[in-house]
Amino acid sequence: MSTNGMESWAVDLKDVGAIYPFQGSEVVMVIVGLVFWIGWHVLQTRHESAEIEADMAADRSGDETRKAIDRH
Amino acid sequence: MEGNLNALTTIFTEFYYWVTIVMMFLIHVGFCMYEVGVSRRRNHLKTLMKNAMAIPLVTITFYFFGWWIYFGFPNGPGIAGGLVTAPFAEPWNPLMGTHLSGVNPGETGVTPTDAALWHRLNGVFWGAFLLFSITTASIISGSIIERARSGAFWIVAVLIGSVLWILDASWGWHPQGWMVKLWGYHDAYASGVVHAIAGGAALAFLIVLGPRIGKFRPDGTARDIPPHNVWLVTIGLFLIFTGFWGFYAACNIPLISPATIAGQITGETWTATNIYLAPTTLSAITFNFLMSLSGGMLAGYIVSKGDPFWTFSMGLCGVISTSAGNDLYHPIQAMLIGAIVPSICYKLHYFVERRFKIDDAVGAVAVHGYGGFLGVVVAGFMLWGQPSSPYEGFAHINPLGNFAGAVLMFVLGFVPTFVVCKILNSMNLLRVPKKVELEGVDFALNHAFEASVRELATAEKAMIK
Repeated sequence: MSTNGMESWAVDLKDVGAIYPFQGSEVVMVIVGLVFWIGWHVLQTRHESAEIEADMAADRSGDETRKAIDRH
Repeated sequence: MEGNLNALTTIFTEFYYWVTIVMMFLIHVGFCMYEVGVSRRRNHLKTLMKNAMAIPLVTITFYFFGWWIYFGFPNGPGIAGGLVTAPFAEPWNPLMGTHLSGVNPGETGVTPTDAALWHRLNGVFWGAFLLFSITTASIISGSIIERARSGAFWIVAVLIGSVLWILDASWGWHPQGWMVKLWGYHDAYASGVVHAIAGGAALAFLIVLGPRIGKFRPDGTARDIPPHNVWLVTIGLFLIFTGFWGFYAACNIPLISPATIAGQITGETWTATNIYLAPTTLSAITFNFLMSLSGGMLAGYIVSKGDPFWTFSMGLCGVISTSAGNDLYHPIQAMLIGAIVPSICYKLHYFVERRFKIDDAVGAVAVHGYGGFLGVVVAGFMLWGQPSSPYEGFAHINPLGNFAGAVLMFVLGFVPTFVVCKILNSMNLLRVPKKVELEGVDFALNHAFEASVRELATAEKAMIK
């Protein structure tokens, strides 16, 4: 019993197809992959919004901003 | 016709490995840029030279004995058999130089079989393995910057690059290695044999060396010591990514007939194989390299809150953590493993820093050590029951074999390095004195530079009418 169905390499390679583990679960893997991708955008957006809020709250006097403009 | 096909295959294989060597050199360009970028301005030159001089030192020692160790020790010796004779890898053998496959009268130590196989492949195989060796040594270099003596690092670089890693490669990264035979150890792109052992060695070095002055506050919490040039760090890491393509390609045999693999695989279909001579494809590693890199970078961005240093480092960790099984994983599996393992390694880095006061300037122990270790362990589960080799009678891949192998790799890097560092430390050869560390290890070089600039400027200004 192996995770890709191969027990031995004593085979003719022209008769062998996919050799990755857990064949048959491709659709599930794609769904998990899509959830990972969408989840990344959700988390990234939250993080970026928090960062922008912190930037908005900073430098009320504008001094640091003027220095940043001078530094180019 | 068969003769021409064999000749073409040999010359193609020779050229293939030659290209991988050129590509892998980019890893070292990247390491140098990365380390200099991380170091502070008063430490640049010594940081650069510390890393760069590992290249010639590991090269000559790998020629003298490293290459022979790979072929001599697959049985242990004493575990699955005795010492294996490998005359073609001995530094005095004619096949360790320009050779055209015949045997000259009086030429000793060259059999017609060895000459036919190795005359064109010995140099490029040696070169590809050498670049793995230099990589393994360089991994340690970054973690110890700004306070380790260069000479101490160079001794450890030879130990790890030309002895320890190639010994573990002989055991677990050789078609006849005892770990493959008896444990079913599988580590196709060197999560353990390169990265875990280097991480173990780096951790040992760091424990004996101690942290940089100022790294920890009086209450024991860690200060951040930011890179002086984040752009150099970024380009360095991207060059390492680029060189890694060569590293991956060099882990494959590009083209081989079933008959050459002792007839174990039936039929007539020629194939690329991994280092164990089990079939895989360049397409497989292209899918998996890119997906694991992406998984690592995406997870790294979230976990580190967009920190570029850790985002890119975790991309690298993503590749390292899937390397053990990237010949066989599905790309989405590579992406997910490449995301999850680096996230654990990132947390472990800060836990170990906080708990044990380990100052790893570049996160090498986390990215390479923990990433490589966990990568081997995960592969044991993911590839459970699959054949580790095309040869009959070898153990199948299994979680226990890979776990034991991962431990062995880490310990093989840790213990000898710890002992050597202790000896060097007892002789005051491991760390620069506190005064020099505060001045910066480039102090004398910078003064000489400034004196030259002043003298030249004075001379030039005197000529102004």
